Amino acid sequence: MTEYHEDSIRNPSRRSGGRSRTVRRPRRPPAFIAIPAAIGLALFALPVLGLLGRAPWRRLATLLGSDLAQEALRLSAISSVGAAIISLLLGVPVAWMLCRYDFPGRSLVRGLVLLPMVLPPVVGGAALLFALGRRGLVGSPLYEATGLVLPFSTGGVILAGVFVAMPLMVLTVEGGLRSLDHRFERAAETLGAGRWTVLRRVTIPMIAPSIVAGIALTWSRALGEFGATLTFAGNLQGRTQTLPLAVFVALESDRDTALALSLVMVIVSLAVLVALRDRWWRSR
Amino acid sequence: MAGITFDAVGKIYGGETRAIADVSIDITDGEFVVLVGPSGCGKSTLLRMVAGLEDITEGKIMIGDRVVNDVAPKDRDIAMVFQNYALYPHMTVRDNMAFGLKLRKTPKKEIEERVGEAARILEITDYLDRKPKALSGGQRQRVAMGRAIVREPAAFLMDEPLSNLDAKLRVQMRSELGLLHSRLGTTTLYVTHDQVEAMTMGDRVAVLKAITDTESNLQQIAAPRELYDRPRNLFVAGFIGSPAMNFVYATVGADGTTTTLDFGGHSLAVNSGALPDGVAQRSGREIVVGVRPEAFEIGSAAGAGGSAMTVTSSLVEQLGSEAYVHFAVPVRPVVTADIEALLAEEGTDAAALGDETKFTARVNPDHAPRVGQSTELVVDTTKLHYFDPETGDTL
Repeated sequence: MTEYHEDSIRNPSRRSGGRSRTVRRPRRPPAFIAIPAAIGLALFALPVLGLLGRAPWRRLATLLGSDLAQEALRLSAISSVGAAIISLLLGVPVAWMLCRYDFPGRSLVRGLVLLPMVLPPVVGGAALLFALGRRGLVGSPLYEATGLVLPFSTGGVILAGVFVAMPLMVLTVEGGLRSLDHRFERAAETLGAGRWTVLRRVTIPMIAPSIVAGIALTWSRALGEFGATLTFAGNLQGRTQTLPLAVFVALESDRDTALALSLVMVIVSLAVLVALRDRWWRSR
Repeated sequence: MAGITFDAVGKIYGGETRAIADVSIDITDGEFVVLVGPSGCGKSTLLRMVAGLEDITEGKIMIGDRVVNDVAPKDRDIAMVFQNYALYPHMTVRDNMAFGLKLRKTPKKEIEERVGEAARILEITDYLDRKPKALSGGQRQRVAMGRAIVREPAAFLMDEPLSNLDAKLRVQMRSELGLLHSRLGTTTLYVTHDQVEAMTMGDRVAVLKAITDTESNLQQIAAPRELYDRPRNLFVAGFIGSPAMNFVYATVGADGTTTTLDFGGHSLAVNSGALPDGVAQRSGREIVVGVRPEAFEIGSAAGAGGSAMTVTSSLVEQLGSEAYVHFAVPVRPVVTADIEALLAEEGTDAAALGDETKFTARVNPDHAPRVGQSTELVVDTTKLHYFDPETGDTL
């Protein structure tokens, strides 16, 4: 897709077939680049190595089989997938609105969407509590009408995950939509496609890499969510205690369980990165 | 198949910005019509209005006998070819070409046949199972054509389909498109900013201009030769032809059977009988005279009967097949709204013209003078063009 995009979309007016400029690549990087880069890399690599070195490899199965670990694993699986699905269903339309429609206050809306990315998650959790808690702005009427209580429930965990992770979906999908030349959709219309067909057969397949990247990013962000979950949903084993919370608790009492759970998260995150590399990075 | 009719079509954006005014064109069934003009002249807008990708603010557009103003793009039975080809990267060439047919629920077998046939015509059979990104620019262009052909539409709409190709390939695809049209005979409306493309491809060429009020964008629509020989105004005269026509203010002197055109110390004698009435009526006054570069030839004044100029070349461009001799005449340059519009397209303005009128002459390369050399140029006075200096219209 790269080549195609470059000569026909980004530069639609370019006349020539266009050959990519050859970049002269020096053999070895200079020291003032190489040394800080090596230190930077070490900062990434050392913690992972530390974790791998201390991991209780032999007792892994037993440790992960404990109630605390099993419940945390189950809860994290449910809540992170749930948060990713909700982010997909709501985030893509938000991205669509931001990209395709001009409405008053659009820049304000974009700021609002990005806020959870820069906000400390604890503050986000507190904000969720004030809004959706049993006495909250929306939470109070919601409770009176339906008896539904979000804080300190698995639903609350999912909601906290959506809050912190959905901006990543909005950003990636909006980027994908923005770089999509509108002529692809116009062409489909002239070929006999109605709005729905254009969406299904052209727009969505063409922004699919962005959507996939968005799913992976929101899912892993929700999986790692700690602060907002703790504040909004609490730390109840079996109900709201996700993997990061369980790791935090286990660090005090049962260091080996904490290490085992951490290992699971490192492996899962690496798997996501590798999957992303194939689907997303290579096409850049 | 069907013709296309523009009936007093206008386009106003956002209720205030007018892009198109009063364009009426009748395209007959099977005709190849080119819309040409500088950027902003409305040519692409007109094409998109036929496709249904732009609303029609005024007038009506008909495809065949049907007014299509309120018909959705998908129901207009046209096929458009885009400048960027708009091929779907997630589909193979085959699926790209079959896209429109699948949407129409054409039987599978028929789709296969039609795609196969189009691929044969366009010589892309070998690439049918590749993705567009694995194709060269020219091949993609053919696939885009193929996607249009297989639908067997009432008309093809092409929006600068060759401008993403390099110069050599463009010339090649130009003649291929021409052949394709004579083979299929489908009504084609073709948009380009390249006047050479327009002249070589069109049965008829419509020259359009960006508008400032409610006069029509359409300057002239005619067969290529007609446009070249009998441009209706300064804009068409200056737009068609490369190098462009030379324009100069000249004073008309009537003298019985011979009329003189005087400018900057030069005087051309023209047989009065061959002149349009408008020129004779302006005896003693100034008009704009247009001289195509190819109306000059190196020669001697003695044998030319007063239709020669002695000039000093400021620049000589030797192309081998021909040579361009540039020279200047001490007359203020012709500046009208039309000339300014043409200069804007080249990225310059009237101030850059200076206070002399610059000429380009196309001459036999064997007789081209050296720079700075005094040269006698004979002018074929039967091929002069005369314009009203105020309106820019041909006299």
